[in-house]
Amino acid sequence: MRSIIDIMDLSVEEIDGLLATAEDIIENPKKYADACRGKKLATLFFEPSTRTRLSFEAAMYELGGNVIGFSDASSSSSSKGESVSDTARVISCYADIIAMRHHKEGAPYVASTKASIPVINAGDGGHNHPTQTLADLLTIKREKGRFNNLTIGFCGDLKFGRTVHSLISAMSRYENVKFVMISPDELTIPDYVKQNVLIPNSIEYKEVKSLEEAMPELDILYMTRVQKERFFNEADYIRLKDTYILTPERLQSAKDDLCIMHPLPRVNEISVAVDDDKRACYFKQVLNGKYMRMALILKLLEVEI
Amino acid sequence: MIVGQIKDGIVLDHIKAGRGMKIYDTLKLGELDCAVALIVNADSEKMGKKDIIKISGLIDIDLHILGFIDPDVTVNIINDGKVVKREKIALPETITDILKCKNPRCITTVEQELQHVFKLCDEGNKVYRCIYCETKAELESVK
Ligand SMILES: [Zn+2]
Repeated sequence: MRSIIDIMDLSVEEIDGLLATAEDIIENPKKYADACRGKKLATLFFEPSTRTRLSFEAAMYELGGNVIGFSDASSSSSSKGESVSDTARVISCYADIIAMRHHKEGAPYVASTKASIPVINAGDGGHNHPTQTLADLLTIKREKGRFNNLTIGFCGDLKFGRTVHSLISAMSRYENVKFVMISPDELTIPDYVKQNVLIPNSIEYKEVKSLEEAMPELDILYMTRVQKERFFNEADYIRLKDTYILTPERLQSAKDDLCIMHPLPRVNEISVAVDDDKRACYFKQVLNGKYMRMALILKLLEVEI
Repeated sequence: MIVGQIKDGIVLDHIKAGRGMKIYDTLKLGELDCAVALIVNADSEKMGKKDIIKISGLIDIDLHILGFIDPDVTVNIINDGKVVKREKIALPETITDILKCKNPRCITTVEQELQHVFKLCDEGNKVYRCIYCETKAELESVK
């Protein structure tokens, strides 16, 4: 019985396996339509995240399974003071697999130590969000056809952006990957990402302030939202949120085969005028997320097709 | 200044000057029944100034945390007035229920019955991280 709390819980080979399954699902959806017949996914969302929850639910339905759960803490027993540990034990009696979102960091890990069924971390505070990273990886695979020899720009909130940290970790395992970190001084990549990931793996990276300056060399541009809920102070948020906005003008110096990604939801950091550009991949990323969640559910439930 | 020799007990020597009180508090030496002496700013040939803790009694206390607080501490075990064992404390693999995670978003802030566990992640730099949220442990976070 396996749980996935952190993208690094999966080896490169396991990720390759999930990518292959996801691409097979895309090619042959009918083959998987009954794969999880009779199985139940419990979506335990202590913090609302409609997008992620619907992605998990759609994934389970497309595998022929069922879904139970709750979409915010007020409708769960945690509003009566039940611990995450107890919730995990109780839900283990009803479901076959759990997808858990929680505002407290480490909550899905705690659940995985108490549950008797697999737990998927569907996002824990500013910490991990491995299925988003799986969506990102499938997008890179399908758009670029490779994980090696890529220059990836990350733009916006690199300090609190957990999707950025996870993708950096995941991509650091491939050959000749370079990173360009584009952010204001206040939102630069944390030291621990440098010390734990970039430096030990001898990864080439640079930190710049200008999106235009970085643009010409990028194969992938990963935009992020400056998230209001990560700030303790409203004034700081308002001052920084519009700092880096992607517009068609700023894309003029970009490569023709640039892949523009964004974990969504966006606020205004990508102008809607960019949506029709063939290099915009962020809506494909959403779809890819569903396929990777399907692949992950199959893997953790040990379903053979 | 002379604090009497102890017959049976533990002497923590070569404590970095100023850290003695921290160690005294962390090991909860104030809760022991036996005599405990905390000597601060003692002269030291090697260190200039140092702190020393003398515990009069061969009590069973977990000294592993010393590896984290001050790895230069020498632990002397005294038996019948003689030093029978002298050792440095290696960094422990995990530190349980001694440090408190200071991340306000950590699950340990709401789930009271959870143990606070930190794991050694980088031996060279003495970095411990919370097993739940991966926040780095700070010396100031002693519970
Ligand atoms: Zn923590």
